[in-house]
Amino acid sequence: MRAGLKKAGLPYLLLFPGLGWLLLFFALPLGFMLFESLKAGTPDSGFLFDWSVSNYSDAVSQFDEQFMRSFEFAGLATLISFVIGYPLAYVIAFRGGRWRNALLLAVIVPFFVTYLIRTLSWETILSDDGAVVSTLQTVGILGEEGRLLDTTASVVLGITYNFLPFMILPLYASLERIDPRLLEAGYDLYGRRRDVFMRVTLPLSMPGVVAGTLLTFIPAAGDFINAELLGTPRQSMIGNVIQSRYLEVGDYPTAAALSFILMGTMLAVVLVWARVAGTEALLGTEGEERRA
Amino acid sequence: MSHEGQGGAAPSVSLRGVTKRFGDFTAVRDMDLDVPRGQFFTMLGPSGCGKTTTLRMIAGFEEPSEGTVLLDGEDVTGLPAFRRPTNTVFQSYALFPHLSVERNVAFGLERRRVSKDEVRRRVGEELERVGLAREAKRKPRQLSGGQQQRVALARALVNRPAVLLLDEPLGALDLKLRKQLQIELKRIQQDVGITFIYVTHDQEEALTMSDFIAVMNRGVVEQLDGPEEIYERPSTTFVAGFIGVSNLMPGEVVSTGTGTAELRLDAGPTVRTGAAGATVGERAHAVVRPEKLQLHATNGTGPDGHPSVDGQVESSLYLGTATQVIVRLPDDTHMTVLVPNTDEEARRRLPAAGHGARLTWSTENIHMVRDLAAGAVHDDEGIKA
Repeated sequence: MRAGLKKAGLPYLLLFPGLGWLLLFFALPLGFMLFESLKAGTPDSGFLFDWSVSNYSDAVSQFDEQFMRSFEFAGLATLISFVIGYPLAYVIAFRGGRWRNALLLAVIVPFFVTYLIRTLSWETILSDDGAVVSTLQTVGILGEEGRLLDTTASVVLGITYNFLPFMILPLYASLERIDPRLLEAGYDLYGRRRDVFMRVTLPLSMPGVVAGTLLTFIPAAGDFINAELLGTPRQSMIGNVIQSRYLEVGDYPTAAALSFILMGTMLAVVLVWARVAGTEALLGTEGEERRA
Repeated sequence: MSHEGQGGAAPSVSLRGVTKRFGDFTAVRDMDLDVPRGQFFTMLGPSGCGKTTTLRMIAGFEEPSEGTVLLDGEDVTGLPAFRRPTNTVFQSYALFPHLSVERNVAFGLERRRVSKDEVRRRVGEELERVGLAREAKRKPRQLSGGQQQRVALARALVNRPAVLLLDEPLGALDLKLRKQLQIELKRIQQDVGITFIYVTHDQEEALTMSDFIAVMNRGVVEQLDGPEEIYERPSTTFVAGFIGVSNLMPGEVVSTGTGTAELRLDAGPTVRTGAAGATVGERAHAVVRPEKLQLHATNGTGPDGHPSVDGQVESSLYLGTATQVIVRLPDDTHMTVLVPNTDEEARRRLPAAGHGARLTWSTENIHMVRDLAAGAVHDDEGIKA
């Protein structure tokens, strides 16, 4: 390689495709959307740019219920995913043996089918005349009029199901990297199973916990498919509102403002969560990686 | 937990008929072993000889397929690691990367619910001992290899275990640091008086540090003795070959006496050696250490009356304090001779490469060794503490 080229800023040249992509497909649309969110008008008469900041406050006051519900559902789904995903990732990482890859594949395989089809299948499975409902009614867990579809439970479970792999895979990746000798050292130093898990395994898997919870929570909070297919308007989330404002009502400024509010809130949540749970653990294992 | 007060009757660690199998592979075979209290005890052998597996069974990381493990005379077979009064220094240290040096060292004490003040005091003392008091707040990754090794040692020793198990703890360090830490480890062991069981494949390390050495091969202990005995009087062909430079001359036993035997070497002469329990007609080896051999030119100047064997000088290497000469015997056995460079005049008279040479030795410096399968080795096993 010629020194001249190197000096001329090869790093910038290499950066260009990525940076260009980011500008063209992220920054620019975001700018358009910001522009859009500050317009005033009606779907019928059209919208004009007007520094109409009130779009934001109006959006919040009008749809605060859906906002709260989104975070509630996403939080619940993240929690359930964690409770299901951690033991699963743990078993695959430490007890998987030669079945490891097969088990991981089993986690991913359902996702070869598209999101929409999978969720539609759940609609069928949970439907009022489906086998699950009638079985639960027979054994008396569900009342005569009881149903599964169109409830909060069905929406939350749908979200959990759809984002579970995003929880399991990062957890697995961080658990799998833990040196088993560290666990032996824990037992050797008079640690019982619980001690070793709480003091060694869990702290060392924190990067996976942080990554997994974020990867589950962020898309879950913006999701609208599950609420649409497995719920009713009473379960509608902010994603449903944005979708209908854009595509059905044609109220672009409100939809854009809602998107920005969602983005801002998520960013705040991510930063706080990463600070509380992440930094120390992330730095700790990052160093371990560097040493190895 | 203090173990110093207990009577000296039981060995620190005893293995009784311990066998460990992994599938078809037998890592440790019917082992009986007593480790005397308060000693620096080394298990030495090539990789795959079962030394680390033995250590792991004492620590409680592996359970024996057969046999029992006793600590201070108490059967601990089947007890999990956290219930055993042993601590381990791991090969790659296994320091907790997310905890500071002092939190690493405090880990064991905290698990045993020692009061906070005492934990702080003992951790401080232990870090002082290994010279890392100033690094207490650091993370392991911020330390050098030698410092990490010291933290691992402090983390184990602070618990005052009945037995400290060390699995090739110096293996990852460079030679100079190894030498330094060997001396330091030995000093610490004498200082605290805890039984150390040290696993290594480095024979020099074993000879330097140990009170007792168990030389292991293929899952069995071939010889258990002090370093001097191991070096001077190896009892099997394997031990003779593994420790030091091997000068093994094959031959056949032609007669036996009390504690001696006569061996007709394949290289020609019949020699008298120290030996126990040999049978006439058996194949065996005579072993002489390189520094115990004298080298003469074969033009008749060699002293008569001494046992000797003739050969041809193959190469000669100046080592500074000594000259190493390789002599090939008629049966193609290669003998290494170490001639100290004390007399420049004598050094010049040494036969050059290609010339005939005669090797002589005193009878007390030659020993007969046999393969383990020939038996009699188990006489030496199990030291009376």
